[in-house]
Amino acid sequence: MAERSFAQEVGKLRLGAGEEFVGEGILAVTKALLQSGVAYVAGYQGAPISHLMDVLADAREVLDELGIRFENSANEATAAATLAASVNYPLRGAVTFKAPVGINVASDAIANLASGGVTGGALIIVGEDYGDGSSIMQERSHAFAMKSQVWLLDPRPNLPSIVKAVEDAFELSEASRTPVMLELRIRACHLHGRFVAKDNRRSPFALADALENPRRDVDRIVLPPASFLHEREKVEQRWPAAVRFIRERGLNEFFAEGERDVGIVVQGGLYNTLLRALERLGLADVYGRTSVPLYVLNVTYPLVDEELARFCAGKRAVLVVEEGQPNFIEQAIAASLRNVDLPTRVLGKGLLPIAGEYTPSVLVDGLRAFFATHAPGIVAPAAGLPASETAARLADAQRQLAGQVQPRTPGFCTGCPERPIFAAMKLVQRELGEHHVSSDIGCHLFSILPPFNIGNTTMGYGLGAAAASALGSPAGKRAISVMGDGGFWHNGLTSGVANAVFNESDQLALIIDNNYTAATGGQDLLSSKAITRNRSTQHPIEKAVRGVGVKWVRTIPRTYDVGAMREALREALTTREKGPKVIVAQSECMLNRQRREKPQKRKAIAAGERVVRERFGVDPDTCTGDHSCIRISGCPSLTVKPNPDPLRTDPVAHVEQSCVGCGMCGEVSHAAVLCPSFYRAGVVHNPRTFDRFVHRVRNAVIRALQRRTDRRLAATAI
Amino acid sequence: MPLFEAERVEQAAQAGARSADTGRRNAAVRPLSIAIFAMGGEGGGVLADWIVDLAEHNGYVAQATSVAGVAQRTGATIYYIEMFPRERAERDGAAPLLALMPAPGDVDVVVASELMEAARAVQRGFVTPDRTTLIASTHRVLSIPEKSAMGDGARDAALMEQACASVARRFVRFDMAEAVERTGSVISAVIFGALSGEGVLPFGRAQFEDTIRRGGVGVEGSLRAFAEGFDRAKASPEGPRAATRPAPAEAPPAHADPRVARLLARLREEFGEAARPTATEGVRRLLDYQDPEYAASYLDRLARIARHGDERLLEAVARHLALWMSYEDTIRVADLKTRSRRFERVRAEVRPGRDTLLSIDEFMHPRLEEICDTVPAWMGRWLLKPGPARRLVERLTTKGRVVPTTTLGGFLMLRTIASMRRWRRSTLRYQRESEQIEQWLERVDRVASSDRALALEIVRCQRLVKGYGDTHERGSRSFATLMACSERLEGRENAASMLRELHEAALADDAGNLLRERVNALH
Repeated sequence: MAERSFAQEVGKLRLGAGEEFVGEGILAVTKALLQSGVAYVAGYQGAPISHLMDVLADAREVLDELGIRFENSANEATAAATLAASVNYPLRGAVTFKAPVGINVASDAIANLASGGVTGGALIIVGEDYGDGSSIMQERSHAFAMKSQVWLLDPRPNLPSIVKAVEDAFELSEASRTPVMLELRIRACHLHGRFVAKDNRRSPFALADALENPRRDVDRIVLPPASFLHEREKVEQRWPAAVRFIRERGLNEFFAEGERDVGIVVQGGLYNTLLRALERLGLADVYGRTSVPLYVLNVTYPLVDEELARFCAGKRAVLVVEEGQPNFIEQAIAASLRNVDLPTRVLGKGLLPIAGEYTPSVLVDGLRAFFATHAPGIVAPAAGLPASETAARLADAQRQLAGQVQPRTPGFCTGCPERPIFAAMKLVQRELGEHHVSSDIGCHLFSILPPFNIGNTTMGYGLGAAAASALGSPAGKRAISVMGDGGFWHNGLTSGVANAVFNESDQLALIIDNNYTAATGGQDLLSSKAITRNRSTQHPIEKAVRGVGVKWVRTIPRTYDVGAMREALREALTTREKGPKVIVAQSECMLNRQRREKPQKRKAIAAGERVVRERFGVDPDTCTGDHSCIRISGCPSLTVKPNPDPLRTDPVAHVEQSCVGCGMCGEVSHAAVLCPSFYRAGVVHNPRTFDRFVHRVRNAVIRALQRRTDRRLAATAI
Repeated sequence: MPLFEAERVEQAAQAGARSADTGRRNAAVRPLSIAIFAMGGEGGGVLADWIVDLAEHNGYVAQATSVAGVAQRTGATIYYIEMFPRERAERDGAAPLLALMPAPGDVDVVVASELMEAARAVQRGFVTPDRTTLIASTHRVLSIPEKSAMGDGARDAALMEQACASVARRFVRFDMAEAVERTGSVISAVIFGALSGEGVLPFGRAQFEDTIRRGGVGVEGSLRAFAEGFDRAKASPEGPRAATRPAPAEAPPAHADPRVARLLARLREEFGEAARPTATEGVRRLLDYQDPEYAASYLDRLARIARHGDERLLEAVARHLALWMSYEDTIRVADLKTRSRRFERVRAEVRPGRDTLLSIDEFMHPRLEEICDTVPAWMGRWLLKPGPARRLVERLTTKGRVVPTTTLGGFLMLRTIASMRRWRRSTLRYQRESEQIEQWLERVDRVASSDRALALEIVRCQRLVKGYGDTHERGSRSFATLMACSERLEGRENAASMLRELHEAALADDAGNLLRERVNALH
């Protein structure tokens, strides 16, 4: 079960010709796949393309009707290898993942696929996670397209353009016998918009047709001498075919082509931002009509030399607006113009920042600089700039705020079962000293931030244990590696755990088993507890780990038991046992658990059933305001409030209404010998007669005793 | 007409023949833009969906984007919406081109669900005086560094509010968290109401409310919260609220108990206006903590400092001495946990609702040390000696205990511990604390004759001794270190400020690294 239910969106996948689709960019892509007649779809979830996978997981019936096979791939390499079905058969297929990290993993399969070429259209949809909100290293997918000679589409960010790009991509792929990559930036994936739908198409060639009538062509297999043939075929046949297709079908777009003797070449995905910047400078209107010649690259690889020459002919200078680095496109344009001896100046990085996201402000500055030199006078000096009084006021406020506004990084959710694991680790490190901690990708990576400050490196998804390889040597302290269940099944079982067994690594591998790939939106995986309709789950991690030869394994079935967590960690770090030590720390992702349990509890209470709800609180009169509890937790619902005591000044800890009663606060108070201020309040809804009787008896005695105390205190109170 | 638009028309007019046809025609027509500064998991996505739905149902073309991803796990994130009148676009025969991200100077409405997020919008330049209406909640959700500080780490809310007010075209603000509590709904509904009440969007209240109804989830609660937000926005602006510190209550003029009456008389006679309220609070606390005799000994101790005639110093000693003398031993904790007003407070906080039963469980971890501190001193010393008794107690106390205070067993146990108050003066802990208090007072007394400022800082160092178990031990260690340093600092010109810096260093990290560094740097 994914974090969101897509039942409503599934309906949108059924829209027919002429009906209007309203929704998110990545779902429009999903619909476009069905309109293109795909026979199979696979992928690995991750922002910003998770919803493509999630909606298809909920759309079993639609997929069955169209005869489409849909797989939640084990990882991106699996997903890319799935495209092998399009090598010999006229089957259209699509795979999707987060880029460039997903392409890194998939690159082996992509390279092999690109070498032999395809018969059916093969599409790789990548969510380019670059700039604001990104959670990965800042690199470009472009390099992969170039190295494997896979065509790269980067359409204008509006739903009709994106949908058209999907449809064009399949045709381009088939026309040039080459896989095609479609790149979508984060905001384009999450873009709300609309387009006019077409009917879904069933693949004319079925998967069963392929299975029942297998075809082989030894020339499509990557082995000498075919591999040498492939390289020549790529440059002699497939590339020219692609260029011809792009030109004939007009995939790239020209605007105001001959209006000035300067122009701009822009990646399609940056078109809207560029037009907003031009509008700020008074060179475009709200409808995107501009007087500045634009050459919009909806296909950023390969470039079409003829189109470039046509656009640049008669222009003194062109500005290349290309996000990220290296500036592959700018370099290629410069070389292309040089080849045909065009004297047009090519500018790009330098006027625009070399690194970082191209926001409207960044482009306004770059454009201003470009026009100042190459088209003086077309931009008014004050265009797009705030009045000086405005700027001064802003600067003043910003100066005041310096040091006040603190970064608010993502962190563990309220009640997250991973929090107590790192609390326990912090406690163990207090006893045994600091350890080297090799982190992984996933929610657990938030441990590197305050208040935990645990983790030294992260080398990629599922590579936590692998990254502790060199540090698996015997020493006074052991390296600790952390891995989520997502990373574990993605590749960590072999790359990390089996590798550690084989190489007799002395590390402690801590595997966090929260039933989902939680960070990508709570998708199911092999070890999920849920019983699902179309997937095989409930395969325990401990069994897998023992299967590859680990001897020392401890499964902690409840991570909130900080004491047991600490015990297990301490033992793993001090045992004389050789080889890797594995701890599997299990508790369900709280976000998903709440989503499941909250409505159930509400319903049960309404139905008159006896339900006990728990939450935690802090007694402000015993809290002394040291906040040790927060430094070992960081829970969003555990915060501070002004001290009600007139003698004290430090704020007291306070538990907000959002507390889900996970129990961590109490366990930490116990394990860390913190403070007796925490209490657990249990609320019994719809109590039974017996409950009420016991309660009345207790209350009568307690009240009487409390009244005595009250009288004693009142006698001397002032 | 906002400044940017005026400029743009003018620029376009100057821009020369070639751009005139396209650049000028629609220069003054702009999309309406709304940026939502939210924290992950708060429902910013719901709010964005509502705004888009509102616009699309009422004659606008709308586009929304976000960078959800991992940011949704409690981190700061932005949703961005642009909208444009459909009828206008049809008349002009073109579709508006809407941007995917906000740009400084380009945002009509910034919505922030929390004050620091509003300040973040200002810091990133999205709030500009010519254009931006800022709608923000004045409540604070503290960041991790703010709330995990060992003392008070909160940033200056008044300053943030002031900075926001200085740059926003209009600044609508009120405590939305409070509105959420009152209506039992979600903050996005309150914000949606405020957006409507402020009137910055070209839609009427009914159109807003219909949007919530169309959403179909938690409609009643959302409408309640919406109404609250709507009214509060109309009533805005609300001035910045002064942070309220509880003030000590005045003492009554007379008392039936002669011992207490005597204390009241001493408070009137021995203290000036500056120190009396704090000393009164001290007496009040020690009466509650122990008995009138104990409160009298508090006044006796204060009398030693009073002779210096420095009310500021006396006030500080009155505060810290009262805190120290009411140290949190097991007896005190058990006492506070079983009081009737504590039960009432828990009930008020948990709000169990009708037809429910409430239970309270405590998390206690008494160790050998705490037990030795609570029993008579001779027994405590005996238990602390290595031997079978100590081993037994240690074995019994390796794990923490959950004490069910609302059951008879749990309550009676805590009450029994609380009643050991009568023998408190004979406990090991009492002896130790008394000794340390005396040393500290002596030091203050002595230093006060030569360096008042240093004496005051010595008094304030008592703040470090707080908490329980390990926390208390760490605080006591830091305190001892500072006392040793103060000795070395005596006679120096800037002794007070140096001690204050050490005090701050002690609160910088709980490993005591900075303090160690600073102490080593002392020469």
